[in-house]
Amino acid sequence: MTVEAPTRTGLASGVGTSAVRPDGIPKLTGNYAFASDLMERGMLWGATLRSPHPHANVTRLDIGPALAVPGVATVLTIDDVPGSRHYGLERADQPVLADGVARFWGEPVAVVAADDLEDARRGLAAIEVEYQPLDPLIDSELAVERGEVFRTINVRRGDPDASGPVVVEGYYEVGMQDQAPLGPESGLAVPDGHGGVDVYVATQWSHTDHAQIVACLGVADDQVRVHPAGIGGAFGAREDVSLQIHLCLLAQATGRPVKMVYDRKESFVGHVHRHPARMWYRHEATTAGDLVKVTARMVLDGGAYTSSSPAVIANASYFAVGPYRCDNVFVESHVTRTNNPPCGAMRGFGAVQACFAYEAQMDRLAARLGVDPLQLRLRNALAPGDAMSTTGQIITGSLPTARVIEELRAMPLPAEAPPTHPFHLPGGTGLTTDPAHVTRGVGYAVSMKNLAFSEGFDDYAEVRVTITPAGVEVHTAAAEVGQGLVTICQQIARTVLGIPQVAVVFDDTATIGSAGSTSASRQTQMTGGAVEAVCAELRQMILEAHDGDELDDTGVWRAGELVVPLDRLADLGPATHHLRFRHPPTDTPDEDGQGNLHVDFAIAAHRAVVDVDAELGLLRVVAVDTVQDVGAVLNPAALLGQVEGGIMQGVGLAVMEELILDGGVIKNASFTDYLLPTFADAPAVTAGFVEEASHFGPFGAKGAGEPPTISSTAAIAAAIRNATGLPITRVPVRPDDIALAQPGRSIQGT
Amino acid sequence: MDCEHPHHLDAALAALGDDPAATVLAGGTDVMVDLSFGQPHPVHVIALRRVVESAEWQEGRIGAGVTYRRLERGPPGALAQASRTVGSPQIRNTGTIGGNVATASPAGDTLPVIAACDAAIEVASRDGGVRVVSWADFFTGVKQTSLRPGELVTAIVFPDPMPAHHEFAKIGVRNAMVISMVSACVTRSEDGTTRVALGSVAPTPLRATAAEEMISAETNPGESALTEFSRLVSAAVRPITDHRGTESYRRHASGVLARRLLERCLRREPR
Repeated sequence: MTVEAPTRTGLASGVGTSAVRPDGIPKLTGNYAFASDLMERGMLWGATLRSPHPHANVTRLDIGPALAVPGVATVLTIDDVPGSRHYGLERADQPVLADGVARFWGEPVAVVAADDLEDARRGLAAIEVEYQPLDPLIDSELAVERGEVFRTINVRRGDPDASGPVVVEGYYEVGMQDQAPLGPESGLAVPDGHGGVDVYVATQWSHTDHAQIVACLGVADDQVRVHPAGIGGAFGAREDVSLQIHLCLLAQATGRPVKMVYDRKESFVGHVHRHPARMWYRHEATTAGDLVKVTARMVLDGGAYTSSSPAVIANASYFAVGPYRCDNVFVESHVTRTNNPPCGAMRGFGAVQACFAYEAQMDRLAARLGVDPLQLRLRNALAPGDAMSTTGQIITGSLPTARVIEELRAMPLPAEAPPTHPFHLPGGTGLTTDPAHVTRGVGYAVSMKNLAFSEGFDDYAEVRVTITPAGVEVHTAAAEVGQGLVTICQQIARTVLGIPQVAVVFDDTATIGSAGSTSASRQTQMTGGAVEAVCAELRQMILEAHDGDELDDTGVWRAGELVVPLDRLADLGPATHHLRFRHPPTDTPDEDGQGNLHVDFAIAAHRAVVDVDAELGLLRVVAVDTVQDVGAVLNPAALLGQVEGGIMQGVGLAVMEELILDGGVIKNASFTDYLLPTFADAPAVTAGFVEEASHFGPFGAKGAGEPPTISSTAAIAAAIRNATGLPITRVPVRPDDIALAQPGRSIQGT
Repeated sequence: MDCEHPHHLDAALAALGDDPAATVLAGGTDVMVDLSFGQPHPVHVIALRRVVESAEWQEGRIGAGVTYRRLERGPPGALAQASRTVGSPQIRNTGTIGGNVATASPAGDTLPVIAACDAAIEVASRDGGVRVVSWADFFTGVKQTSLRPGELVTAIVFPDPMPAHHEFAKIGVRNAMVISMVSACVTRSEDGTTRVALGSVAPTPLRATAAEEMISAETNPGESALTEFSRLVSAAVRPITDHRGTESYRRHASGVLARRLLERCLRREPR
C-alpha cells in the first residue's frame, strides 16, 4: 500500500446544483429559532395599545392607572420619545406613537412593558384614553381631488396626438392583499448597560431599521446594534419598522430586556399591505395589431403614512404597459394619503396591479382584432435594443420576451376532462359542484419587472469573506427571510473558492455594512454578486501571495503540489477580504418620467387553466404553467420553490386574498377570514426557465422572487374570462362577480 | 384559572351544577379562537374530553363528544360530508358535534344536517335530569340556545333509520378549511318526503318548508318542479351581507345548492 499525495477534491453543492439549505432540517423539525422564540433572563413583555378609530383626535391619555397594575414596569406615549418623534422608510412622517391624532385603525397609541403578557394586556386595558372620532378619508379618488397624494407621476412619451384605428378601453381594480407571513412581527431588545441597546428582530433590512431607531432614540449610531433573528417569511411586510423602535424605547426606559410578539390580528394591522388600485386604460393599435398609443390613469391608495408608496407608484407607472413596444405613452398616476391602513412593499411592488390591467387590455385588443392573444403579444414583444415604452430607456441587457412566450406556448396543456375526484372540482371539499357544472378556461399573461433598486438609488451590498481552518465564512447583513439566500451564498463561495465548507454568518449592523433590503428580487444579484466578487478577489490575492495556481479545501496548490495547507493559510493569510458591491448606476427620472431608470429586468409568462362553476361563481385553478427569464439557474430546487410559492401568492390575489375594509376598519384580520390558498386550492405547476445571462450579478443570474407573483394573477383572471365570457375587471374575483354577473356582458372593448 | 377534568358525565354535571357560569371546554376549537381574539381568560373550566360517556355512538344517538374525524369516517352521507368540511385535520381531530351544537354559530357545519334530519338535542343537568329538545326549539338565535344554566349537551339523536337519501354541501371562497358562506342539506325518503335545511343564511339553521311541501308531492320531479323548488328555497332564506359574502349571493346560492343536492338524491342509490 502506498500513501498517495493529496489530490484536489471535486466540488459538490456548487452553483447549478440543488444544494440543500442549511436551515432546512432545523425548520422542518421545529428546532430553528424564529424571532418569536427569543428569550432572555429577566425579560419583560411588551404590548401595544391601538386606535379603535381610523381617524380621531386623542383627547385624553392617562397612563396612571396602567402604571398601578401589578407587574407593569412602564407605559410609554409619544411624549416619551427622546429623539425624532417620526420615522419612515422614505419620509419620516409616521409617529412612533400617535401624536395626538390617530390616522388609521390600529395605529399604536401607547406601549406597555410588564412581567408577562397577561400583565401587559391588563396594563393596556387600564390606560384611560378618550378619542374624538373624525371623518375618515377612505376614498382614494376623493383623496386625489383634495391633493392628498404622496407622489404623482406623469409619464409623457411620444406624440400626445397620436392615435390608432383600433381602440380598447377598460377600468380595473385590485383589492388590498396582505403578505401574511406565517411568522408574526417579533423581537427582543436588550439594554447593553451603557445606554445603548441590542435589538434582535425579524426584519428585511436591518440597516434602515438601525437608522430609524437611533434617530427616534436620540442616541449615537454605535449605541444601537440591530441583530438578525429568525424570520418566518416577509414578502415586503418587514421592510418598514413595526415594533423595532417600541422595543428599544421600552428596554431603554426599564433597563431590562423586552420581548414583543404580535398576535395574528395585530400582525394584520402591524405591517403595510399591497396597495389597492384603480386603473383606467386606453390602448390604441393599428389594424395589424401594432400598439400605437397607451393612455392610462392609475390611483393607488397608500393609506395613512408614506412607507414605500413613492417607489411603488413609480413601478406601477414605469411598468404600466408591460413588456411591449409602444412609442406614444401617457400615464398619470397618483398614490394617495387616506385614513386606510398604510400600504407599502409587497412582492411585485406596483408591477402586479399594472400587469392585471395591461394584460386584460392586451386580451381585449386581441379579441377586437380577432387574433390569437399570444400572437398579439409576440408582435409587440419588447427586445434588447428597443426603447422601453414608458421611460424611453434603451434595453441593453438580456430581455427574452418573445422566447419566454414561445416556450410557454409550446408546453402541453393538462388533460381536458374535468377531474373525477369531487375535491378537485370547484368548491373542493364543500362538494358543491358536479363535473357537468364545470367550464374550463385557459388564459395567458406576461409581465416585466425591474430587478434591484431604480431611479438613481445608491444600491449596494457589503460582504466579507474569511478563510478559517474549517473552511470559509461569508459575512453579510442581508436578511434570509426563507427565500434561500443562505444557500445561494454558500454555492457561489464554494464554486469561486473551490472550498465546499462554507458557513454564512448573518452579522449585526455594527459588524458589517448594509446589504440593502431583501426585496426587489435583488439579493441573488446584489449580495450574491458581492460574494462572487469578494471570493474571486480573495482567491486571486491568495494565489498571488503564495505563487499558487489552484485553491481548494486542502489549501493552495502549485504545479500539482500542495504548498500551503488550509489551516496554515488561515494563519498566514491573506485570509479575509471585504467589499461593497454596486450594480451599474441608474438615473433619476426627468419631469416626464424619462431616463435610464432601471438596471435590469426580468420577464415571466404564465398560462392558467381554471375550472369554473359559473352558476355558483366557484373556481378551481387546475394548473399554472410558467416560463421565466432567470438569467441562469443557480439552484434548481430553490428556484422552483420561489416559482411555486410566488404562483400561490398570485392565486391568492386572483381568487381569495383581500383585506376587507369598512370605513377604514379591517373586517377580516385573522386566518379564519383572510383566506390564503390551501393545497386544495394549489394548481399543478410546470416551470421552464430561459437562461440568457444578465449583464451583472453572479454567473449571469437574475433575481427570481417577484416575477412568479406578477403575471400569475393576470393569467388566472384571463382564464376565468375565457371560461365565462365575463369581463372580470377586478381581483380578487368573488363568487358574486361570476354568479350574479349580468348576462350578455362580453370581453369586447369599446 | 381552574380546570377540572371529570371522567364521567355525573361528575361533569355535578361540577357544572356547582358553577353554572363555568366555561365548558369540549374540543376547544371555539373557546381557543375566542381566547386568541382577546376574550378574557376563563376563571373556571370544565373540560369534557375525558368524559367517557360523551364519546359513545350507538345507532342514531351520537354522543356530544364524538369528533368530526369520527363522523367523517362514519356511515357515508350528509353528516360525514358536513364533518369533512370542518377546518383542518387537526381541528377535526379535536372538534366535536356537541361543541358545534352548543356554540350554535349560524355557520355551524353540522347544523343543517341536524335540521334536515329533524334530529333532537339531548341535554342533561344535575338537578333537572335529561331533556330531549327538538332542534327547532334548541337553536334560538346567533350563538344562542335554549340550554338552561347547569345543562350540558350530551348527545344528538338522529332518526333511525335515516332517510333513504341525504346530501350535504357547503360554499366557501376557499376549497377547504373555510367558514361557510352558504351550506345546505337535503334529505329525501322513498315516499318522496323531502327536507331541505340551510346554514349561514339566517340566525339559526333554517328549513325551507314551502319548498319541501311542493317537492315532496312530486314523485318524479321534472325541470319545472326543480326550478320552482330552487326558487322557493331562495325565497325562504334570510341572509345578511357581511365580510364573507353578500345577501344577494347567499340567496341565489341557497337555491342553486338545494336543487343540486336534490338532484343528487334523485340520481344516487339510497344510502
